[in-house]
Amino acid sequence: MLHIECPWCGPRDQSEFSYGGEAHIVRPTDPDALSDEQWADYLFMRANPKGKHREQWCHSAGCRRWFNVVRDTVSYEIVAVYRVGETPPEVDDAD
Amino acid sequence: MTQSRRTKYSIFSLARNAFSHHENWQVVWRSPPPQKSYDVIVVGGGGHGLATAYYLAKEHGISNVAVLEKGWIGGGNTGRNTTIVRSNYLWDEAALLYEKSMQLWEGLSQDLNYNVMFSQRGVYNLGHSLQDMRDIARRVNANRLNGIDGELLSGTQVKERIPIINIACRYPVLGASFQARGGVARHDAVAWGFARAADARGVDIIQNCEVTGIRREGDKVTGVETERGFIAAPKIAVVTAGHSSVLAEMAGLRLPIESHPLQALVSEPLKPVLDTVVMSNAVHGYVSQSDKGELVIGSGIDSFTGYGQRGSFSIIEDNLAAIVELFPIFSRVRMLRQWGGIVDTCPDACPIVAKTSVRGLYFNCGWGTGGFKATPGSGWVFAHTVARDEPHALNAAFDIERFVSGALIDEHGAAGVAH
Amino acid sequence: MQIRRLPSGGRIDRETPLTFSFNGRAYTGYTGDTLASALLANGIGVLARSFKYHRPRGIVGSGAEEPNALLQLGRGGSTLPNQRATQVELHDGLVAESVNCWPSPQFDVAAVTGLFAKLLPAGFYYKTFMWPQRWWHTYERFIRRAAGLGHCPRAPDPNYYEKTNASCDVLVVGAGPAGIAAALAAGKSGARVLLVDEQSELGGSLLFRDAQIGGDSGDVWLQDSLAVLRDTPEVTLLPRTTVFGYYSHNWLGMLERVTDHLPDGDRSQPRQRLWRVRARQVILATGAIERPLVFCNNDRPGVMLASAVSTYIKRYAVRPGTRAVVFTNNDSAYLSALDMQQAGVAVTAVVDARDNPQGPIIDAVNAQQGIEIIRGAVVHDVLGHKRVHGVKVAPLDAAAAALSGSSRALDCDLLAVSGGWNPTVHLHAQSGARAVFNEQRGCFVPGQPVQSERSVGACSGEFALKPSLDAGAAAGADAAREAGFKPGRKRTYKVQDAEQGPARLVWRIPARTRVSRAAKQFVDLQNDTTAADLELAVREGFRSIEHIKRYTALGFGTDQGKLGNINGMAIVAAALGENTGGPGTTTFRPAYTPVTFGAIVGREIGDRFAPIRKTAMHPWHEAHGAEFEDVGQWKRPWFYPQPGEDMRQAVNRECLAARNDVAIMDGSTLGKIDVRGPDAAEFLNRVYTNGWSKLAVGRCRYGLMLGEDGMVMDDGVSARLAEDRFYMTTTTGGAAAVLGWMERWLQTEWPHLKVHFTSVTDQWATIGVVGPKSREVLGKLCSDIDFDRDSFPFMSFREGTVAGVGARVFRISFSGELAYEINVPANYGQSVWQAAMAAGAEFDITPYGTEAMHVLRAEKGFVIVGQDTDGSMTPADLGMDWILSRQKDYIGRRSLARSDCVRADRKQLVGLLTEQPDQVLPEGAQLVDDAQVTRPVPMIGHVTSSYFSACLQRSIALAVVKGGRQRTGDTVRAPLADGSVVQATIVSPVFYDPEGDRQHA
Repeated sequence: MLHIECPWCGPRDQSEFSYGGEAHIVRPTDPDALSDEQWADYLFMRANPKGKHREQWCHSAGCRRWFNVVRDTVSYEIVAVYRVGETPPEVDDAD
Repeated sequence: MTQSRRTKYSIFSLARNAFSHHENWQVVWRSPPPQKSYDVIVVGGGGHGLATAYYLAKEHGISNVAVLEKGWIGGGNTGRNTTIVRSNYLWDEAALLYEKSMQLWEGLSQDLNYNVMFSQRGVYNLGHSLQDMRDIARRVNANRLNGIDGELLSGTQVKERIPIINIACRYPVLGASFQARGGVARHDAVAWGFARAADARGVDIIQNCEVTGIRREGDKVTGVETERGFIAAPKIAVVTAGHSSVLAEMAGLRLPIESHPLQALVSEPLKPVLDTVVMSNAVHGYVSQSDKGELVIGSGIDSFTGYGQRGSFSIIEDNLAAIVELFPIFSRVRMLRQWGGIVDTCPDACPIVAKTSVRGLYFNCGWGTGGFKATPGSGWVFAHTVARDEPHALNAAFDIERFVSGALIDEHGAAGVAH
Repeated sequence: MQIRRLPSGGRIDRETPLTFSFNGRAYTGYTGDTLASALLANGIGVLARSFKYHRPRGIVGSGAEEPNALLQLGRGGSTLPNQRATQVELHDGLVAESVNCWPSPQFDVAAVTGLFAKLLPAGFYYKTFMWPQRWWHTYERFIRRAAGLGHCPRAPDPNYYEKTNASCDVLVVGAGPAGIAAALAAGKSGARVLLVDEQSELGGSLLFRDAQIGGDSGDVWLQDSLAVLRDTPEVTLLPRTTVFGYYSHNWLGMLERVTDHLPDGDRSQPRQRLWRVRARQVILATGAIERPLVFCNNDRPGVMLASAVSTYIKRYAVRPGTRAVVFTNNDSAYLSALDMQQAGVAVTAVVDARDNPQGPIIDAVNAQQGIEIIRGAVVHDVLGHKRVHGVKVAPLDAAAAALSGSSRALDCDLLAVSGGWNPTVHLHAQSGARAVFNEQRGCFVPGQPVQSERSVGACSGEFALKPSLDAGAAAGADAAREAGFKPGRKRTYKVQDAEQGPARLVWRIPARTRVSRAAKQFVDLQNDTTAADLELAVREGFRSIEHIKRYTALGFGTDQGKLGNINGMAIVAAALGENTGGPGTTTFRPAYTPVTFGAIVGREIGDRFAPIRKTAMHPWHEAHGAEFEDVGQWKRPWFYPQPGEDMRQAVNRECLAARNDVAIMDGSTLGKIDVRGPDAAEFLNRVYTNGWSKLAVGRCRYGLMLGEDGMVMDDGVSARLAEDRFYMTTTTGGAAAVLGWMERWLQTEWPHLKVHFTSVTDQWATIGVVGPKSREVLGKLCSDIDFDRDSFPFMSFREGTVAGVGARVFRISFSGELAYEINVPANYGQSVWQAAMAAGAEFDITPYGTEAMHVLRAEKGFVIVGQDTDGSMTPADLGMDWILSRQKDYIGRRSLARSDCVRADRKQLVGLLTEQPDQVLPEGAQLVDDAQVTRPVPMIGHVTSSYFSACLQRSIALAVVKGGRQRTGDTVRAPLADGSVVQATIVSPVFYDPEGDRQHA
């Protein structure tokens, strides 16, 4: 059971949150300009790293805000939390 | 070494060895040092990888094969799953692939000369809403037309066949599909049986040999970097469920895959109380009883990605609530052990068994929560794909291009939470 | 007659004797006894048979490590399988029975399997039972019957369970001396401390070992310390509570046994309570478990852990034997020799594997009359069958590889064994850290912590009292400091503690022949795993301890190998020629001791399994005989049968009322979202496929939502309440997902759009009044809205007062009839509904449920997302190209251009008419062109919705068929499970009023 710090409400139990997957996947502004391959990359392909992962969480049973988390996908340690639109913190990607 | 030079396992060899105090049994598989090169390198010594190696040797005469395993064979999802085997998938592509697997299961112990304890005790998939029942009917009808056994049962029929079930629960059991040929198998035996049979045909099984890089020359592979040095091969078959993205990155590929924790648990052993497999997608849980007497229970993945082989306890709480809701007499039974694995999930809950854009590089991944049942079939079609450099008709649809064209095979209904 | 009960001493309450039964006979014990101590007090030696060979087994340990004494407790619905007698507190009326033996543990018919033991080496089942192919299921039936331990209750659980959440600054696990010292130090700082112990009484080793702490006896110190802790406001003491799992982010699961120790019948409290704990800091003071030694016939009843012998004597005043031999490789068992001697057990010898043990404890034993210390020797075999009656002792060579001299036999009925101590590192390992093997101490000790935890006392590998107390005090202070509190000065303890000498590490004791030929040397008693099994596994090429565990079942029992695993590892290491710690441990998995399912479930079962959502009009529906359908968490009226009606008759009646007169339905479960802000229309443009900018205020529009993959996700009608405000409706099942979906797009992708969403599903009750006479009914209910056909046209809405309640009235239709949806604040829902029923009475207004709703919409060819679609349908597949805007981008649009989405042979929505008008196709029926071909039969589609249409007087169906729209008029076949084949013709999916005149009426 993770303990996640909502940037708006403070630390809360994982059960209050929902997970949103990889962060910083930007929706293409002009989808028509993309080939099917490029569109598929946006739609389906994921980095799925073993290590530090920038991901989205939503405080769905709280303030309902989405925010970003840097989490180690092996130890599950949460390295950083930042709001949508904020610059991702510098994180050493190495384990 | 050929199969014939191996002691055949039987009650007779057991008796013979009893006289010599079991001091003369041969190794189940050798542990040779890696050669400099192979015709095919299979990365990943789980059930699917070992099956791939076995069928490469048996069906295609390619036995200069190494299986490289970073830990111990069968130590990943093969040894961590709840061992349910069935083939009642919805879409033709998936159903026929899993049915191929089912047919191989039915003769597997004899083919491998290793008892994998495939127990066809039947699998129920419960329906708890009118829509569940529509979906179940649709699937059972499709199964039958695909030549796969299936029965559509009412709630009353379910109760008659499984008297300990509570059909009048919060989401009443309105009915079920039943596949009589479905069941469970002994997961470790599957890995060991394939390993022994592949080894007997000359395949080198190399444990504790992690692949750290995939070497490419232009658009084709030349071999793998490992903890124990470079090993050359013109064909590399990657079967590393849980870590597929990590291997893909080594080759510069991106996959539509995310790795999630999947948990399971067993109870303390009990005298026989449940002689079939019961699964419910709607209330999230499935249960069978192992030959040792443990109730083997699982449910859905944790929502977040993770390579930690551990998940959240809340999943266990919800899972057991569903099981006790369905089987109130299990309330006083105790959880003995719980654990987690790492599953590759694809957006359409179907696997990728395919060539890649890199020549000589093949991927078999994305089986999600349901890979165990596919073990022999997956190995069989993957061996074909690697040997012929083209997919078999049974796995042609399970390519990576489907994510570009949109030709997904959406098995969420049948694969969904459960296997 | 408690023949083995000592006349005095122990921590039992002799004033309250208890009666219990074992295998049908009545016995007595005392409050404070465990079932195990009471059985021993009554002289019960054999209480179980082993799993595989059915060998007689007795009690070995005194706690969680006990492998043998697994009993069935109670009867009927409250029976409990596999209860460890050493952890069961005795209570009056307790009923216990042996399992896995027949007719009794003393005489067990199945012991005959022992004769075939040679045929049953580890993994024998992988090598046989393969012929004939179909017989495995038959073999399996016998195997399964032989396996398993106790039996599952046959009736529902009469008890209930509870869950509680707790957070604390410092969680101390284990209330032995180190844990208590830690709790004292942390508690003094004001930190919120939980001190948790699995035993009924706090104190750990002080309950069975003499000590002098700060000039007081161990017991005085214990009672004083517990009194201080009880008086510290922020400290909570939790006996009978086991921390069973250590999960991520310092979250731990604990099981409190609330009433297990009370006689049956007290059901006013929960039986057990699951604690879900988040701790800032964790201090593990979980102690150590004594390790047995592996030698021939080491499973005979009467072979016990030395510490268990001491525990039974000191804590329970029970003498587990009359004449004892001690077999040890370390000093601690000498204390047990003294305990036995004091309790009147004749200790004839201490067999010590060490050549020259030295120190005050050895001296003390040496000073005792009659105890011979046999140095450099081992017990290598046990005599006796159902009870130890002697042991064979021989010298051990320097390499511990062979017996170096002749054997002598010693008479005894009790063998107290100690092979050293295994720190209880389970929770440390579960936290994600890696315990490391200390070759010198011969045990695993905690490694580098990865969470906020620290280990103190015996579980850290520190077995002496003073350093354990000091480490506990220091850890308590450190943990409090890290949790943000100010602990006082560091405390150290004055302890009189005899120093212990080093142990000699031995694991498996050599036999006179090779292991494979010797008598059985058990490593895992519960699973009958022997040293020979482990060596066989190594011989067969297994190298990994995980493989060996799985091949031999080592550590797979309900004790999870607390006694056997480390010995097993050492034996494997020797067979592989590795260092003892080389093979490592298998993973320590939760639960430390088994946890009741019911406690993990708590009260979230039955009606509390999932919330039940009811609309404001639910009581009315119930009162009027509605049958309900579960739709997600909602209970929706399905149909309203009148006396004597079956479902079809009721649905036909309801449908005809809607078509011919007027009918009323509760639509409150539809998702409703208030979308507000200057960019509201722009936002809808992006999430719906059609355009919303030009929708006039007061008008409604149907919208379709796609996933980014282009597949239909949800639909509904939205109304423009104001320039900057929409009232969106969604499907019942999709409401929460759609809201979440829109919030996510807004916050993460388009945060610059000025718009807000509010779920108002529960705020509004929705009453659909449907049918040609609905206008008249509305006219009676509401005087401030002009219901004229043209001034209140189809797909528009008005605000007004309905039955005296402020309402929004929408003129929309999911039935194709003239229809109005009245939305009123939910609290008025039932009264407005009743007013509508009254107003409609003269038209015989008829309530209808979801089934009639489905029929009516199917007659019109309206799809239900989730029934006629399955996540693989595009708008074009549904024939809804008209709703795809070409003027703008929207979610999912790009995906629709992919090659697979423009195939001509995609499955498309069509209507089907069966040849026989009264034959209703089953929903889910698959469609084929030619039912005769061999399997697999190519399938061209399936039936998604199918009903008998009362107004058309025939059956109708919706289906999806490959290229279906080009195939109007073709005949398709539906082969059914009963072997029959139904023929049907492809038609338009709109069966009724294709021009749509009626809804505009």
